[in-house]
Amino acid sequence: MSQAAIVIEGLGKRYTIGQQKADVDGMRHALEGAIRAPGAWLRSRRESKLKQVDFWALRNVTLNVNQGEVVGIIGKNGAGKSTLLKLLSRITVPTEGRFRINGRTASLLEVGTGFHHELTGRENIFLNGAILGMTRAEIRQKFDEIVEFSEIEDFLDTPVKRYSSGMYVRLAFAVAAHLNPEILIVDEVLAVGDSAFQKKCLGKMGDFAESGRTVLFVSHNLQAIRNLCQRGVWIKDGQVHQDGTVEEVTGAYFESASGETKFSWMNAAYGLKIIQVKLKNSRGIEAREFQPGEDLIVEISYEADQLISRPIVALGIVGISGSCFTANMLLDGHRPDCLAGAGKISCLFRSIPLLPQSYTVKMRIQGADPGEMIVPYQEVAHFDVSGDLADYGYQGEFLKHVRHSTPVVVPYDWMLPDGTVAAVALKRQVHPEYEAGVGVNPFGL
Amino acid sequence: MTELLVEAGRTEGQYWKDIWRYRELFFFLGWRDLLVRYKQTVVGVSWSLLRPLLTVLILTLVFGKLGKMPSGGLPYPLLVLCGMLPWQFFSTAISDSGNSLVSNSSLIAKIYFPRLILAASSIITSFVDFLISSAFLVALMVWYRLIPPVEAVFLPFFVLLAFCASLGVGFWIAALMVRYRDFRIIVPFVVQFGLYLSPVGYQSSVVPVRFRLLYSLNPMVGIIDGFRWSLLGAQNKMYLPALTLSILEVAAILVSGVLYFRKTELTFADVI
Repeated sequence: MSQAAIVIEGLGKRYTIGQQKADVDGMRHALEGAIRAPGAWLRSRRESKLKQVDFWALRNVTLNVNQGEVVGIIGKNGAGKSTLLKLLSRITVPTEGRFRINGRTASLLEVGTGFHHELTGRENIFLNGAILGMTRAEIRQKFDEIVEFSEIEDFLDTPVKRYSSGMYVRLAFAVAAHLNPEILIVDEVLAVGDSAFQKKCLGKMGDFAESGRTVLFVSHNLQAIRNLCQRGVWIKDGQVHQDGTVEEVTGAYFESASGETKFSWMNAAYGLKIIQVKLKNSRGIEAREFQPGEDLIVEISYEADQLISRPIVALGIVGISGSCFTANMLLDGHRPDCLAGAGKISCLFRSIPLLPQSYTVKMRIQGADPGEMIVPYQEVAHFDVSGDLADYGYQGEFLKHVRHSTPVVVPYDWMLPDGTVAAVALKRQVHPEYEAGVGVNPFGL
Repeated sequence: MTELLVEAGRTEGQYWKDIWRYRELFFFLGWRDLLVRYKQTVVGVSWSLLRPLLTVLILTLVFGKLGKMPSGGLPYPLLVLCGMLPWQFFSTAISDSGNSLVSNSSLIAKIYFPRLILAASSIITSFVDFLISSAFLVALMVWYRLIPPVEAVFLPFFVLLAFCASLGVGFWIAALMVRYRDFRIIVPFVVQFGLYLSPVGYQSSVVPVRFRLLYSLNPMVGIIDGFRWSLLGAQNKMYLPALTLSILEVAAILVSGVLYFRKTELTFADVI
């Protein structure tokens, strides 16, 4: 039986919003009021205490983490994830409740805190190491490893202010990665850095987890969480909303995030307004739910007050584990000559080869020059693929775990030793409606 | 295995153990401040010598030549330097220490370590400057062929007193600055006034006797007098009430400074 590494009981953190406003006024209020009319000052203090708005960033959080467990914490911005990590890292103190931690803890809430721009890479390794709690002997012992991991050998004696942001992040993560704690607390630190380095960092954290150490990991990258963690905790409105296996929790989180409001966007500089983005099925009807193998139409309605010549539109279909497929004018080159006035751009994705899961549609619009970002890449719509895969000839034991499989399935044939050929495709085997639909212009034009 | 229990409304008993655990950080932060201090300056470390040199020159000119203050038969520059050593140490230490938390706010918001270390380590730079200026003093004494009296054995005590005074005031200002940025303006002001309210450019014996006790309420009076007495000898008699007051005040400031700092430290990350 593994021992508890972190035991949290009824933890809560309250911020008083009124109080912070008073702080802005500085000492003047405190002093002036007290000197002019001590009585009134005391009274007003008591009153203002009542007027202050309390905000519980975290409340009634109870959570046990065993040694060797790797826990991913997810939730929207402002849900209280970072507050929880700040409390566990002892940066701030709880308002109520308590927690117990067994083992040497290191927390990494931001990459490169404590780096000094004027100092060289070498000097910063020592400084940052000491700030993160390493002794000089430990740093010296790990120095070569850190340098190797960060890949900055040649710039070791250059002030870090001359580093590229990538080098800076690499060095900072390298120092932190070589802390040797029993419990590691990591906030969204991988949002920076290129993808190769992110992989390296995740790999390092994976090694960490495999060596039986405890990791608490906050990220918006659900894929990273799923790769790294066994257990997921979803924090919502300052409380533990769901706690379970990482597949369950990230799945539920992704689905709930999908049910949100309609997209619209305005870029005043280019005079372009995206009024809405609709998803339609093969019959041209607006839909949120699609069958595997059905057609999907993404329809973008815009209003261009100024003429926008040769814009580049890119669409991406994104599943829980990342991008599935895209349609990108920057790649295929089919750009409209111009956008002027109100109009629509649609894209028909034929027979989407997607398993029953939740997906989002992301969109980006650039100007004639790809450097002009008119609408940055972002989520514009959500849809679910649902259906019984038995209808498609699927019959494996893991059918009920289909939500956790790789979502894109291109048609394939198994050729078995006995000569049988088994064709698999996300195309309904019996589907008269679909057959009847063939030939109908799906745009409904 | 280390176990840590954090409970709402209870201060940890681990605090002093943590300070010990992070003791190396104290030197690392001081080392950082020293390294960074004269980066991208033309004159570099020489500033540490130039500053006291120029100040001594000005003060000698103003108080010694123009003001014609008595020097008790001693070379005026030496008199000024003896007063300036502890004063400059104290004044730069409290400004640095006072600013230490606010200028390192990103550290405070993201990493745990005993914050007391941050405020204390910023005194290291001032202390190194103090040592450099001391070398200047030795050179000046050799130049005037003056041998320090036996009282010089008490010098370390006065250095310690100056150190404690700097720490105590530094803790207070650092903790107050987190909430009230007003101190950013107040401190340079106090330092400027303090130069004249402390016996730096003159000897405290020029203060009329009836004001002497009042004057000695400034804890730096006892410390600066002590420096002169131990370095330049008997001509500068110690005024004992000033020394006693100094010791008591410094002790009170240091203890209350640590307590206030500890009390407010818990919310630094929320307020800063």
